[in-house]
Parts: sequence; structure tokens; C-alpha cells
Amino acid sequence: MSLLSVSDLTVKFAMRDQTVTALHDISFDLAKGERLGIVGESGAGKSITGFSLMNLLSKPGYIDSGKILFEGQDIAGMNDAQMRGIRGNKMAMIFQDPMVTLNPVLTIGQQMVETLQAHRKLSRDEAEQIAIVKLREVYIPSPEERLNQYPHELSGGMRQRIIIAMALLLNPQLIIADEPTTALDVTIQADIMELLLELCQSNKVGLILITHDLGVVSQMTERTLVMYAGRIVEAGRTREIINDPQHPYTQGLINALPQQTLPGHRLKQIPGNMPSLTSIPVGCPFSPRCSYAVDHCRTTRPEPISYGTVRVACHEVNRLHNDTPDQEKQA
Amino acid sequence: MSEAKTNPPLLELRGLEKRFELDKGFLETLRFKGGRITRERRQVHAVNSVSMTAEKGEVLCVVGESGCGKSTVARLVAGLLTPSAGEIHYDGERIDNRTRKAMMPLRSKMQMIFQNPYASLNPRMTIWQSLVEPVRHHNPQMSKGEVRDRVSDVMRSVGVDPSWSKRYPHEFSGGQRQRIAIARALTVDPEFIIADEPISALDVSIQAQVLNLMLEAREERGLTYLFITHDLSVVQHFGTRVAVLYLGAICELADTQTLFSNPKHPYTRALLSAVPQLKDDRPNHIRLKGEIPTPINLPKGCPFHSRCAYARDQCRMEQPKAVHQPDGSLVACHAVEEDWPRD
Ligand SMILES: Nc1ncnc2c1ncn2[C@@H]1O[C@H](COP(=O)(O)OP(=O)(O)OP(=O)(O)O)[C@@H](O)[C@H]1O
Ligand SMILES: Nc1ncnc2c1ncn2[C@@H]1O[C@H](COP(=O)(O)OP(=O)(O)OP(=O)(O)O)[C@@H](O)[C@H]1O
Ligand SMILES: [Mg+2]
Ligand SMILES: [Mg+2]
Repeated sequence: MSLLSVSDLTVKFAMRDQTVTALHDISFDLAKGERLGIVGESGAGKSITGFSLMNLLSKPGYIDSGKILFEGQDIAGMNDAQMRGIRGNKMAMIFQDPMVTLNPVLTIGQQMVETLQAHRKLSRDEAEQIAIVKLREVYIPSPEERLNQYPHELSGGMRQRIIIAMALLLNPQLIIADEPTTALDVTIQADIMELLLELCQSNKVGLILITHDLGVVSQMTERTLVMYAGRIVEAGRTREIINDPQHPYTQGLINALPQQTLPGHRLKQIPGNMPSLTSIPVGCPFSPRCSYAVDHCRTTRPEPISYGTVRVACHEVNRLHNDTPDQEKQA
Repeated sequence: MSEAKTNPPLLELRGLEKRFELDKGFLETLRFKGGRITRERRQVHAVNSVSMTAEKGEVLCVVGESGCGKSTVARLVAGLLTPSAGEIHYDGERIDNRTRKAMMPLRSKMQMIFQNPYASLNPRMTIWQSLVEPVRHHNPQMSKGEVRDRVSDVMRSVGVDPSWSKRYPHEFSGGQRQRIAIARALTVDPEFIIADEPISALDVSIQAQVLNLMLEAREERGLTYLFITHDLSVVQHFGTRVAVLYLGAICELADTQTLFSNPKHPYTRALLSAVPQLKDDRPNHIRLKGEIPTPINLPKGCPFHSRCAYARDQCRMEQPKAVHQPDGSLVACHAVEEDWPRD
């Protein structure tokens, strides 16, 4: 049995004047201890996916249809009381913005002790000892002193490491990390990623890593989902997706990296922008920005098909593979 | 040439220091030690004697690990914090001792983009209101139509969709909000931008858009940047010079190209090795061992010694001075200065 099995998840937002769809038919599985990356541009629906998995969508967002099975139980229909036994305990989430998780008026120690005592029978002393161990694991210097500090007294990076320590407090089965190291420098990022990797491997903890850093995805995950406008456009083994991307969107993401251009030269940006939820194009949602798009792409939405070992939602994937992409011809 | 020489750098930091008091109240400073009550103040030494300059048109990058004082440097330069010691000069004039009122004329010339896109937008203003406000404030003579054109132009160039105008910040994702914040800084046509991790929250394609935009703005308007980031691939692409900060002090300062082709300080080397590589999954990341020191109790000697593979007794006793290297870089390291054998 998979640890997590998501099928046809559709999420909507009831806005003032209309209802918009933020996620369309998202399906994927995660085995126990497996590490999955979710990439895509800002607004693709990565965080909404993470929130849905934790059943944390707040109004006006709601799960319209689909299943989210965690250890065989459907989370999508659970109420808050039922979720409390799972959220923070078996499943933990590390958010993009540390201040979402941290309470500004409590010290770090108070918050960690509170979390521990909410789920486990522990004395204050015992809880503090665990907190100190976890803080040290994420390389917080002088953890004993940090327990008495307030969030605003710490640097952005230090706060994010504390969030990670808090997620690890209860030894969860699944960690959903939404841009966990975006605010961190590379040495700490590398250390924390190594730590997360170690932890996931040795305790068979599953990881869903949401990030726009393809380098991080490449080093951390076994499989990758590429999202665009609320849909999965490419899914498969990370190594294959990075080395030989099939979807023109995935290719665009990789080509846009600074490493792919000479210093000081214009970066190869993908033309246009991610559409907003109210103006998702008909046909292939990526077609207005795609240099391969033909008429067909502008009228009919491609369903995901298997191509080699990956799944791709692109009408032109065969042609793409035989042709040399325009960018490469010029280079 | 001679004129360039007499022109002062646009920005100059001289021995800049910032300490934060940890103990806010009198009672907290009292300690019981050796049978007596003593008064002891604990301070965070966030920035320690930082000197550097940025010429007009330059992109001076500041890199270093979390908590090393990058944001504090940015906030000092922006006048949001007062230095504990040292001086800040802008366009030949000292600005660190100016009053808020005296800083006003500089406000539109110098814009800051913050690390946290959640904090920089007023939640009660629509996107359009947020973008129009600074233009009106700094250009009272502009007509409504001119203001609208200016804001629309910038919105388009930063990828802020016109349909967002009537909406509020909470309706946007992190990346979308940061783009709006960047648009807000560019609308007043500044000459100097202090950008604190401006694109860290953005995805690669928007990073590419924004970096292209910042490159263009630099070429077209001669913009100068103080650019704070932890993304070294961005530094390599965009920066003209790089200062590597460790525990609030500069350990290496060099031209971007020199720094990347020939990093000298052991910390710089570790930093470069930690960049996640796209294609190979076995990084040869130099893991830094040892306890990370805190800026509360600054270590004696070289700030980096507790994590340095080459540290000797001298490093534990004596703080290395920043020394000019033949290739023009500035390095504060005994091992580099005295050419100790290193791999
Ligand atoms: N409360 C809300 N009301 C309406 N739309 C929303 C709301 N929250 C998010 N959205 C929209 O849902 C879409 C997906 O947002 P999401 O936060 O999942 O993006 P993301 O992929 O995580 O982006 P980023 O990389 O910027 O974090 C976006 O178009 C966003 O504008
Ligand atoms: N108001 C404050 N009071 C006390 N200490 C502070 C304050 N602001 C910053 N510090 C401390 O000063 C040091 C430098 O912080 P700063 O925010 O400049 O780091 P940074 O290099 O920007 O880190 P990051 O990469 O995490 O953003 C840290 O140890 C931080 O805890
Ligand atoms: Mg997000
Ligand atoms: Mg900072």
C-alpha cells in the first residue's frame, strides 16, 4: 500500500463573482519513504497542492472532488478533529514563510514544548530536552539559549531552521516541505537537505519537496511532478526529467537557469507569464507561451500519455523529439 | 579617466559596525557571579568592521550564510538602522548621521526590495494603489495619465498582470507578491537599489525575467545595486563584485570572475562547493565541521577558525587582516596570507 495516494484531486476557489479551479485532476502515488519533487512556476498550484494534502485549505478554497488516501484513509473528507491526530503528528508541513508557523508572542521553547505536549505525555523538562536535540540537528548554535528567544530576534534563515526542527519533533511519516530552504544560504541549505535526506532514508519518511530550485530537486528526489496552471504536465523519474525533459515547459524551466547562459548575458526566459486562474487558455494551457504550439494545441487540451518512462501532457511530444528545438539550432 | 578618478564611489562603507542589545531591561542585565551581583550586557555583533565600495553602475553582491549580517548591512545602508560605529557615504556625502527628514531627498533615489514579500506590501491596499502611491509621493507634478503610464509600463516589464490591479496582496502567491514589490521599487525610477534576496522567493522563469529586467535597467539607466543573495549562480551571472561575509565580517572581496575562478578563503571554497548541481547527483560538497559560532559570543581570532580545516593556533589567537592579493582580491585568512599548504 502506498503511503499516500492522490487521485483526481480537484480544488476550487469560490471567488466573489465566480468559482475558479486551482487544481485539475491531480493524481500521484508516494511509497513509504519515497521522495517526490513538485516544481513549476509561481502560481502553478504547488502550495495549494501541499495545503490540500494537509487538509489545510482555507476559505474560499475547497476540495471539489478526488481522493487523498493517507495510509489508506481518505483525508479529503476528514473534519478538523479527525485531522488533528494526523496533521503535525504523522504528517508535518514546513511552510514557505516561517512566520506562518511561528507565534510571534511565544518563545521558541514555549512553542516547541506546547507542540510536543499536545501529542505526547511529556514533562516540561523532557519536552525541552527533545527540543534542544532537534534544534541541534538543524545546526542551530547554542540551542539552550534559543529556547528563550522570540522569533523576531532571529535571522530569517534561523527561523526557517527552527520550523524544520519543529516539523521533526514528532517523527512524522510524511513531510511536506514547501520551499523549505528558499530563504537559506547554500551551505546551510546543503546541510539541511542532507539532513532531510538522511532522516527520510534512515526512518523511511516520505518527502514531498515543493521548490522552484531544480538543482535541489535533482539532488533530493527520486521522482518529480512538473505543474503548470493547476495541472501535472510531466511526471517521472527526476533524473530523466532533468537530463531529458519532454514537455516544452519543463525544457523552458531548465533553459532559464543562469547556469545555462554566459554571465552577464540575457537569460533565456520563457515568454509570457503563468495565466491567472480566471484566464486559463483553452486547449493546452501552455500553448500561448510555447514555441512548438500548432493549431491543434490551441483548441484541444492534451491528456497525459506515457512517453518512455515519463508521463507527458503534450500533443507535440513526438515531433518535439525528432526535431531539434529552435533554441538549440541557434546556439 | 581622470574624471572617473575624482568621482567618489556611489556607496562607501567605512568600518561599519552594528551591535544589537540582547537584554532589553535593566534587571535582565544583572548576573550572579562568584557571590556577587554584576551587571553584564550581552550583545549580538551582527556587523563587524565592514568596509567596501560600490562604483556607479556596479552590482555589488553580498553573500554568506544565514545570520551572517547581510540583511543588517542592507538595512544600515537603507537608513533603517543606525550603525553602532563606522560611516556610510553616498555619492560623496555622509548619510549615516542624517535625520529622517534629511534623508527624504534620498528616498526616491535609493529603493529597497525586501527578503520577505509578505511584509513589504500593505494588506489593505489594492495592488494598483500600492504601485501608484510611491509615484505620486515622489512626483507630485505628474499628471494622472503620466502616473498611470509609468505604473503600467513597469507592471508589464516585471510580469505583473494588469488584471491583478484591483486585487489585494493576500490573493497572490509568494512569487507573485515579490514581483509586485519589485515593480513598486522600480516605479519611482531610482538610481540605487538595495535588494535583499529579491528573487529568492521566485521561480526560475520569473527569476530570469526579473534578472533580465534588472540587467536592462542597469544598462539603460546606469542603476547601481547592492544585491544580497545566497544564490551563487545568480551572483555569478549578475554580480560585478562579491563580498563574502562570515559572522558579520568580510572574509573575501573580489571581482565576480576572480572569485568564481579562483576562490581563496576556505569559507568561500566551501560556499562554492555547496551549490546544488543540476546534472550530477553526487556533489563534492565540502562539509563544514565544527560548531557554528554565534554572533553573541564572537570567537577570538579568525571568526571562521572553529569550522576551518586548516586552522592552526595562530588562527585561534589572532584575527587575520584583509590583505590584497596579486589578482586584486581582498582576503582575510592566515593560511592564504602565509601560503600554508592546502589541497
Ligand atoms: N486565497 C486565494 N484566493 C484566490 N486565489 C488564490 C488564493 N490562494 C492562491 N490562489 C491562486 O491559486 C494559484 C496557485 O497558487 P499557489 O500558492 O499554489 O502557487 P505556487 O505554485 O505555490 O506558487 P509560488 O511558487 O509563488 O509559491 C495562484 O494563481 C494563486 O493566485
Ligand atoms: N533586532 C534584532 N535584535 C537582536 N538581534 C538581531 C536583530 N536583528 C538581527 N539580529 C541578529 O543579527 C544577526 C544577523 O542577522 P541578519 O538578519 O542580518 O542575517 P542575514 O545574513 O540576513 O541572515 P539570513 O540569510 O537568514 O536572512 C543574527 O544573529 C540575528 O539573530
Ligand atoms: Mg507556493
Ligand atoms: Mg537576511
